[in-house]
Amino acid sequence: MNPTNNKIEEMSAPEPAHVAKLYGEPLPEMPKDLYIPPDALEVYLESFEGPLDLLLYMIRKANINILDIPMAPLTAQYLVYVEAMRARNLELAAEYLLMAAMLLEIKSRMLLPRPRKVEEEEVLDPRAELVRRLLEYEQMKAAAAKIDALPQAMRDYQWVSIWITDEVAERLPDVNMHDLQVAWLSLMKHAKVMQHHKVRREELSVREHMSIVLRKLQGGAYLEFSELFDLTFGVAGMIVNFLAVLELVRERLIEVTQREVFAPIYVNLAQSATGSNDVDVPTVHA
Amino acid sequence: MSTSQPYTPDEYKRILETALLAASDPLPLSDLKKLFDDEFDDDTWRVLLNDLRTEWSGRGIELVQLASGWRFQTRPEYQVYLERLKNEKPPRYSRAVLETLAIIAYRQPVTRGDIEDIRGVAVTPNVLKILEGRGWIDTVGHRDTPGRPALYATTKRFLDDLRLRSLAELPPLTEIERVMDLADAAQA
Repeated sequence: MNPTNNKIEEMSAPEPAHVAKLYGEPLPEMPKDLYIPPDALEVYLESFEGPLDLLLYMIRKANINILDIPMAPLTAQYLVYVEAMRARNLELAAEYLLMAAMLLEIKSRMLLPRPRKVEEEEVLDPRAELVRRLLEYEQMKAAAAKIDALPQAMRDYQWVSIWITDEVAERLPDVNMHDLQVAWLSLMKHAKVMQHHKVRREELSVREHMSIVLRKLQGGAYLEFSELFDLTFGVAGMIVNFLAVLELVRERLIEVTQREVFAPIYVNLAQSATGSNDVDVPTVHA
Repeated sequence: MSTSQPYTPDEYKRILETALLAASDPLPLSDLKKLFDDEFDDDTWRVLLNDLRTEWSGRGIELVQLASGWRFQTRPEYQVYLERLKNEKPPRYSRAVLETLAIIAYRQPVTRGDIEDIRGVAVTPNVLKILEGRGWIDTVGHRDTPGRPALYATTKRFLDDLRLRSLAELPPLTEIERVMDLADAAQA
C-alpha cells in the first residue's frame, strides 16, 4: 500500500484549495499537531502504548471531534507512521498493522454510498466500534493516570511501625523463683552423677578397696578369693582390689588360706581384726 | 495492662495508639476490640479512633483507615525528606503497568484477553508479574471459555497501599456513557 496515493486521492476531492507541502509531498490539512521529524520517530513511537494510543493522540492533537472522525485523513496519516516504522525496520507490533487494516476497512465502507441509512435509522456508523474502543481506552488511560496520582505506599508515604515490633513478636517464656530452684536442684543432681564418673579413677584407692573387702568379710564369713572381685570393677579396679587384699594381708587384717595347690583360696578376717564382736567365729589358720 | 483496666478515654486512646504503632500490619476493628474487656458499640470505637486521628493531625505521622484496618503512616508531604535518607528513589510504574492495573481495578474480574481488547496491544507476562509481585492483583478464578483464562482482580493490599477503603473510593471514571449518548444524539 502506498500512503501518498491515498492522501492525494482524498485531498483532491473535497478541499483542493490549501495544500501544505512537506518535502515536496502534499500534506493533508489534518495534521495540526507537531511535525515529527523522521529521525525522532523511534523515540516518538516508543511513548505510545499501541495503535489506540497513537490514534487518540492524533485525534486529540488535531482537535478532531472524536464522534465524527474524518476517516480519510486520519487513515492516511496513520499509514504514514506505519510506513515510516516499516521503512526504519522498527520492530512493528502486529497491532499497528491490524489497526491499519481496520482503518482502511472503515474508510472504504464510508466511501460506499449509503442511501439505505435514510430509510433505516438503525444502520451503524462503520466508525462506531472504533470510536467505542478509542473512548474506552481513553477512559482507562485517564483512570490509570488518576490511580498513579493517588498517594502510593512505599512511593509517596511509608507505613509506620515501631522497631520493637520484631522483639515483641518473639514470645519469651516467663521464669520465676521456683523454676530457678528446680533447675538448680536438677543441676546439682546431675553434677553429682557427673562427679561420680569423673572421680572414678581416684576412687580406685587401695584404701577404699580395703574397706570394701573388709565389709564383705564382716560377720566372719569365709569367702572364696574370687568372690572378693567384682567384674564390674574393670581391669584397673581389679588390680587395685588385689592390691587392697595384699595390703590387708600385710596389715594382718585378713587371712588367706589354701589347703593345697589349685585348691580354692579362702579369705576371712584375721582374728585380731574381728575384735571382740566375733570372738566365737572359728578360724582356720594357714 | 491486662490486670488494671483503663478508665479514662485518654487511657483508651493511649492503648490504641500503642497497639497501632507496634503493629506491623493494619489492625482491623475486630482485632482492636480484643484490647479491652469493655465492649463498646461501633460508634464509640469510631469516636475513639477519630479522636486519636485528630490528636495526631499536627504531626508527620497520621492515622489512616484502610480496607483491612487502621494503621499509622508517614504523611506523603514528608516523603521527599525520607527519600534523602535512601540511595534511590522508588521507581514509578510504566504506563503499561498502570493501564493494566486500571483496567483490572475498574473492570474486574478480567482476563488477559479483556485487558488486551481495551488497550489494543498484547499484555506482556511481565506486566502481570509486576502487579502480582506487589500483591496488588491475584487470580480469582477462570473464565469458562476455551483455554480457561485466569480472571484477575485487585487485592485488599492494593486498596491499602493506595489508602482506599473500598473500590468505590477509586477515582470516578470519565463518563464514557455520556459521550456515547452524545454520539447517538449526533447521529440521530
